[in-house]
Amino acid sequence: MKNQFSKSVVAILVSLLLPIAVLFITVKVAAYRGDPDQVDVKLKSEHIPSVDHSQFEILQQDFEHPRDVTAACLSCHTGRDEEVMATAHWKWEREEEIPGRGMVSVGKKNLLNNFCTGANGNNGSCMRCHIGLGWKDKSFDFADNLNIDCLVCHDQTDTYFKQKGQGGMPATTETANAAYQVPDYPYVAQNVGLPKKNNCGICHFYGGGGNNVKHGDLEEALLTCSKDVDVHMAMDGPDMACIDCHTTERHNIMGKLYSVSSANTNRIHCEQCHTTTPHNDKVLDNHFEKVACQTCHIPEYAKANATKMYWDWSSAGQTDESGHGYSEDDADGNHNYLSIKGNFVWDDHVKPEYYWFNGTVDHYLSTDTISEAPVKINSLFGEYRDSTAKIWPVKVHRGKQIYDVDNNTLISLKLWAPEVGQGAFWKDFDWDTAARLGMEYNDRPYSGNYDFIASEVYWPINHMVSPKEQTLTCIECHQRDGRLTGLNDFYLPGRDYNKSVDYAGFGLIFLTLIGIVAHFLGRIVAFFKNR
Amino acid sequence: MEKVKIYSRFERFWHWTQMALILLLMITGFEIHSTFEAFGFETSVRLHSAAGWAFLILTIFAIFWMLVTGQSKQFVPVRNNVKQQAMYYMVGIFKKAPHPVKKTVDSKLNPLQRIIYFGLIILVFPVQLITGFLYLFFHYPDKPFALEGLEAVAVLHTLGAFLLVAFVIAHLYLITTGHTVTSNLQAMITGYEELEEEEKEV
Repeated sequence: MKNQFSKSVVAILVSLLLPIAVLFITVKVAAYRGDPDQVDVKLKSEHIPSVDHSQFEILQQDFEHPRDVTAACLSCHTGRDEEVMATAHWKWEREEEIPGRGMVSVGKKNLLNNFCTGANGNNGSCMRCHIGLGWKDKSFDFADNLNIDCLVCHDQTDTYFKQKGQGGMPATTETANAAYQVPDYPYVAQNVGLPKKNNCGICHFYGGGGNNVKHGDLEEALLTCSKDVDVHMAMDGPDMACIDCHTTERHNIMGKLYSVSSANTNRIHCEQCHTTTPHNDKVLDNHFEKVACQTCHIPEYAKANATKMYWDWSSAGQTDESGHGYSEDDADGNHNYLSIKGNFVWDDHVKPEYYWFNGTVDHYLSTDTISEAPVKINSLFGEYRDSTAKIWPVKVHRGKQIYDVDNNTLISLKLWAPEVGQGAFWKDFDWDTAARLGMEYNDRPYSGNYDFIASEVYWPINHMVSPKEQTLTCIECHQRDGRLTGLNDFYLPGRDYNKSVDYAGFGLIFLTLIGIVAHFLGRIVAFFKNR
Repeated sequence: MEKVKIYSRFERFWHWTQMALILLLMITGFEIHSTFEAFGFETSVRLHSAAGWAFLILTIFAIFWMLVTGQSKQFVPVRNNVKQQAMYYMVGIFKKAPHPVKKTVDSKLNPLQRIIYFGLIILVFPVQLITGFLYLFFHYPDKPFALEGLEAVAVLHTLGAFLLVAFVIAHLYLITTGHTVTSNLQAMITGYEELEEEEKEV
């Protein structure tokens, strides 16, 4: 009896309890997750100025012109002018290498886009966002250091603005109006400091002629947002300024935008603060090799206000009975038609598209001819087998824009002019004249024959990082029809499978079951027969 | 008939732990394969990896046990009676014919079992373990060595998984074909099975 009892105990132990224990340990091990790294960085907002600018006599004068302010700045901050004049903020172009095409100089100065087609030639309006004072035409002197506008970046009073249509000049006594007054220069000059969010945002939020038109992930909501919109810049979070990540040395602000640059240099990366293994979790940290942080941590962009996704220029130019331009809004209150610009599609809470990207980019240069439709305004380099490439979230802005049918080139339009009758499309609605004048200003040939062609531009998404609870879950990509459906130059677990193996495997299982059922029925029949 | 101990404690522990792990690997593995939803993709990945490690450790113990006890001989295929065993399953079993090969302590597996288990031990388990750990540690085209992505590894692993599923299903059915419907199951739980008396070797 005792023997029987101990046998039963052993049986329960080895056949039940120990296997369950192993299973339990396995489940426990599987449930283990490391704690994510905590980041501790000193923010620029904690910076204490070493001087009080209001004490300086030179800043207490009645400046007549912003150039005089610049001169006063440079009298103490010697050599800074050279730093500023070496940056893309000043030059609006960079010498960079496009892989396979060699060194080129690209930037807002000379590239085309599929928003307003290009800045050059529309200076009065577009160059308002240049950090110079009055780049109104080709006569602007890039070698004159007094043309630097120190205040637009360093103003802390929120009272210094560049005037609309003045190519980057603030209002003067001649141009001042209800919307733009002459700045109080002594007040502004005595209250300068490190750039705040809105110093950067005044240009970078409004590119393309309105809030969030271009980027989708950079807009005025970031000035006062919650963590749901951006964990870094949130008011209820660390409330970081742009320059906390875009670290700056000698006026070279790190970070760049790939719609206007090409080379994998001077970039900023999440691992500056977060390390390359921030999750302390192997399976997640492994993804760093091939997946940009942004891909999982920015599940959607344009989280507060809509961004422009599609722009069809071909319908622009319609006027009402009295020959004036007009506008129509969509259900959300965004323009979906403007006579001066055509039709738009806006969207908010947009899921990005995903592409391989290794930090280098090709561009449609002003000397290029069109080789495909849609025309790629820029294209991101990278593929699975490129060890430097990662999967990135991208805003793709698509549209239809004017091109020269005979020369097979995208056209730089003259859109803006101060007055009617100067050939600008926004004033005169004349495609041919606007195209001719725009191309002329850019020293490019124009045949007189134009039509519209589809185009797309790729903007990697970097901002509007979500709280970790809203991060993409695995299944968003690791499923048959997930976010990475279009990116199929590699085997992705959960998405991909071998058709033949799956058919054969399920076939085998099916046949096994059929065989078992048949055999089992045979045994039942035999059982009754043999009784 | 005599009650004989045919499965040692370790063998039973090995068997049932293996069963539990394979079941877990099957469910999580096919969820990762997007065949169905079970625990959620992420949980399944973590469970699958942990179960893979557990399976590896168990396998190391099993190899050690086989070498030390010499029980590996049980899994070596034999030529004799393969056909008879197959005929038994196809014909004899329906006529109440006796098992063609006697189950003894020294030869617990019939000739067909030997072939199948040998195949599992020599081919399927190693392939699953190797491809499984490549899956864990090899990720991208050039880390740690150049390979054209995960595809070959993943497809092989899937193939092995299908074979294992088919084996498990067939196995679950075939254990009912012992002396009685449950005698094989009882033996694997208690260790003891009633076997026909054999000549005691001296």
